[in-house]
Amino acid sequence: MKQLSVDVAVIGGGPAGLAAALSARAEGAAKVMIIERNHELGGILQQCIHHGFGLHRFKAELTGPEYAQRFINEVGNTDIETLLETMVLEITPDRKIYAVNSEHGMMEISAKAIVLAMGCRERTRGALQIPGTRPAGVFSAGTAQRYANIEGYTPGKRAVILGSGDIGLIMARRFTLEGAKVEAVVEILPYAAGLTRNVVQCLQDFGIPLYLKSTVIDIHGKDRVEAVTIAEVDDNWNPIPGTERVIECDTLLLSVGLIPENELSVHAGVKLDPVTNGAYVNEHLMTTVPGIFACGNVLHVHDLVDNVSKEAERAGMYAGRFAMGTLSQPEKWVKVVPGENVRYVVPHEISLTEPVEFFLRVQRPAEDVVVDVAGLRTIKERSVRPSEMLNIKLTPEQLQNFTGDTFVIAVKERKEAEIQ
Amino acid sequence: MREKKTLTVDVAIVGGGIIGTAVARELSKYQVNVLVVEKEAEVGWGTTKANSGIVHAGFHEEPGTLKAKYCFPGNQMYPKLCEELDVCFKQNGILMVARTDEEWEIVQKYYQRGKDRGVPVELLNPEQALALEPALNPEIKGALHAPNGGAVMPFELAAALMENALQNGAQLLTDAPVVAAGLEGDKKILETEGYRIEAKVVINAAGLFADDLARMFGDDYFSIKPRKGEEYLFDLDTKDLVTRTIFPVPTKVSKGILVIPTAEGNLMIGPTGDNIDDKEDLKTTRYGFSRILEGARSLVPGINPRKIIAQFAGVRAASDRGDFIVELSPNIPGLIHLAGMESPGLTAAPAIAVDAVKLVEEAGLKLVPKEDFEPRRKPMVRFRSLSHEERERLIQENPLYGRIICRCESVTEGEIVDAIHRGARTLDGIKFRARAGAGRCQGGFCQPLVMAIIARELGIPLEEVTKRGRGSEPVLYHAKELLTGGDAQ
Amino acid sequence: MNKSIICTVCPMSCNVTLELDDNGEIISVSGNRCPRGKTYSIKEHTAPERTLTTTVRAVGGVHPLLPVRTDKPIPKGLLLQAMKETAKITVKAPVKMGDVIVENFLNTGANLVASRDL
Repeated sequence: MKQLSVDVAVIGGGPAGLAAALSARAEGAAKVMIIERNHELGGILQQCIHHGFGLHRFKAELTGPEYAQRFINEVGNTDIETLLETMVLEITPDRKIYAVNSEHGMMEISAKAIVLAMGCRERTRGALQIPGTRPAGVFSAGTAQRYANIEGYTPGKRAVILGSGDIGLIMARRFTLEGAKVEAVVEILPYAAGLTRNVVQCLQDFGIPLYLKSTVIDIHGKDRVEAVTIAEVDDNWNPIPGTERVIECDTLLLSVGLIPENELSVHAGVKLDPVTNGAYVNEHLMTTVPGIFACGNVLHVHDLVDNVSKEAERAGMYAGRFAMGTLSQPEKWVKVVPGENVRYVVPHEISLTEPVEFFLRVQRPAEDVVVDVAGLRTIKERSVRPSEMLNIKLTPEQLQNFTGDTFVIAVKERKEAEIQ
Repeated sequence: MREKKTLTVDVAIVGGGIIGTAVARELSKYQVNVLVVEKEAEVGWGTTKANSGIVHAGFHEEPGTLKAKYCFPGNQMYPKLCEELDVCFKQNGILMVARTDEEWEIVQKYYQRGKDRGVPVELLNPEQALALEPALNPEIKGALHAPNGGAVMPFELAAALMENALQNGAQLLTDAPVVAAGLEGDKKILETEGYRIEAKVVINAAGLFADDLARMFGDDYFSIKPRKGEEYLFDLDTKDLVTRTIFPVPTKVSKGILVIPTAEGNLMIGPTGDNIDDKEDLKTTRYGFSRILEGARSLVPGINPRKIIAQFAGVRAASDRGDFIVELSPNIPGLIHLAGMESPGLTAAPAIAVDAVKLVEEAGLKLVPKEDFEPRRKPMVRFRSLSHEERERLIQENPLYGRIICRCESVTEGEIVDAIHRGARTLDGIKFRARAGAGRCQGGFCQPLVMAIIARELGIPLEEVTKRGRGSEPVLYHAKELLTGGDAQ
Repeated sequence: MNKSIICTVCPMSCNVTLELDDNGEIISVSGNRCPRGKTYSIKEHTAPERTLTTTVRAVGGVHPLLPVRTDKPIPKGLLLQAMKETAKITVKAPVKMGDVIVENFLNTGANLVASRDL
């Protein structure tokens, strides 16, 4: 078995992996390697051919491939090694990576530091137990996107899309532009889950109906999808009898959630946060296993790739330091706790000695709120939604005023906050 | 009208399910010309593939029935059969659990029944049962333990039986539903869309459609009463919840809702048992799910529905006798019925196959054993179960084993190509034989890759690759086709 | 008569109401919480534009499709015609990100450019 030794191994060559690798190298780690299962770098961005990426980072509205190409070119200008078409099979707690490809066979890669950047998988029909038959023509939106944008196929000509998150909305437009008919987008929440801009440019522009507070309750068709039954749901997400309608179609796309791909992490002993389904990390983005770091969608599902790059740069920087033995070891760690109307916050522990950037999501939409960062900062927000992640930076100067055992970040209605 | 090809054989077996393939393999030990005629694109795709996969211990069946006659002997044949065919057989044991004092009385009756039959059963008090299975409902009153019970993947077994039968000279027609049948003198005639088959003996192993086939021959003395069951599969990471298959006390219609560690390791719960009219009703339902979850949790409270990755339904081909039908037709010479194979049909299959051979002899065919019968099929490569060193050696021989296609189950391109060479032609065929697409992402990542491999190996365009036979092609159009030609908006 | 437009400039998603006369000319704009909303809504009504992102067929590259985009937004009304036009194009690899595939696409002043190297 081939044996390799690296300073920093980055698992995954998508936007998170690319940024982390560049950052680790820039920090001074000499041997940095990206391990990527696909035949090219770029990850999921290569199939996201729509624009809207990089508004914050590059002040431009790039397409996914354009955003990826910039990082791919940068990596190409360094001595960062890349293993393509290589699958990681196992990561051990002492940072040995077992990977395989056709060219070299089995490989054991010993890494001084590892950055987990494996991204997400999509939630499936099976995970939702959507009743009905199991014909061909049911796809997760990402798989349909791959067929449409990479493989060169349009799966069907009449589609219904379950889920109004951005992936579902984008695919509604994509299908329509490729000549198919999208009969409906169906959303279980009482509001569209994705960006309003996408509701306008993907649904309204094409007259595609959006059915809120509804879901698919039956799939019909023996060998190929022939129709779906949708129905409205009550507050407990149970279908309301009498509201059923049958929509004829030959394709059902599911855009019903992303799940961080942490099977490798769990086997390495990494502890997960059950809310994010990603690793529990400190401000170094280091997991509970020393020397193993996490960033990007594998840590928590992002909505802006700009944030993925930012987060990954920090992870790469700290991983690089760990590999070189220069990562600071704070004496004390303070737990970060999601407070009122906050679903989760990353990172989960801070030292109060380094600048930190929190990423968080609210539980429910709200207007006119105040984000209370452990009493150290309050930030007014006109409108917050679970689908739009918030990021808040704090400097060590701000952090040193903190007193207490747990660092609570809460989102309160402004009126309520002011009364206090 | 298209010319049909004529095939002349000694024995035609209609139906390539677990019964048909087991009989085919058994008959391939003799110097007879055997043909299996299967209506689906691959063998085992009727009731067989939806089977719970339990190899029953033999204590359930009522004395005097054919179910009782064949179940325990079938169970006894499994270890050797699966070893020869290189099929995963887990002899993990069965627990029948009593939730109430009344149920405990009933469990003890089954214990006695098993004991009388020679099944190695024992009774456990609650402490003993919980020591074996800590995840059991702590309120149980006791359990029956049958260590000879086990689990197998039913489609894998059917495919392996067929492969071995083919190796030994049997033939197989797939995508070939029988559309007409009858007699011409001594000859039995079967017509499919493309073939006219003349056989000396016909074995009716047509499962759900056994009564329809019988009627084609003029036999109308039994009927199939379809009974649907749903099953729910869990992520591999829940596999250590229970080790043995957990049964409740049976109901009037079925053995109950079970907690099943499958041979591949995934936990499974189900099945329901609902009498239905439509033999082809394969829908999973909300109501079915809620009953199954309730039943499963009454046995193992820690069942977590958020870990479910897939579900499916199957229809049992129960007969109106409530028992197996294993007999020569009383009316049509040379026609053998092997029908009504509801539970424990899978377990009983190897034993039934042995008797089916006797029936073929009774029908008038002289059976001379083959000297060169090869009982072992070519061993399977299961990359996911190999050590790093074994993997390394494998890849040195064939680099295709170095390319992982299905990440969730660690399935390599080499295994997928091998499955195609062994007879898989569809996405479901690959999923059932090689496991690609059976994992937690359900093919979300690997489906396009598997499609491309099938297309390449079979020399067909990607749009002709099917999920499970004609009519189930996942991708219908080339990019741009709907804009430039096809059915534009 | 009134026309309702959701502004997409920022996450507030204000519901802007345009009061129109019988010729469809804008009389007044209300509901926006900032001036960008007014500008956006007027443009959306008078001359709506969209950036087109799609693919064209490709030969000789690692993929059979090349993702492309217009380098400027084009009139929204041209989108469906634009798709039919792009369906006729096949490019030959190698292509570099930014290469102009079609200059002055559909006479809009925007170029159709490659989104990646192929």
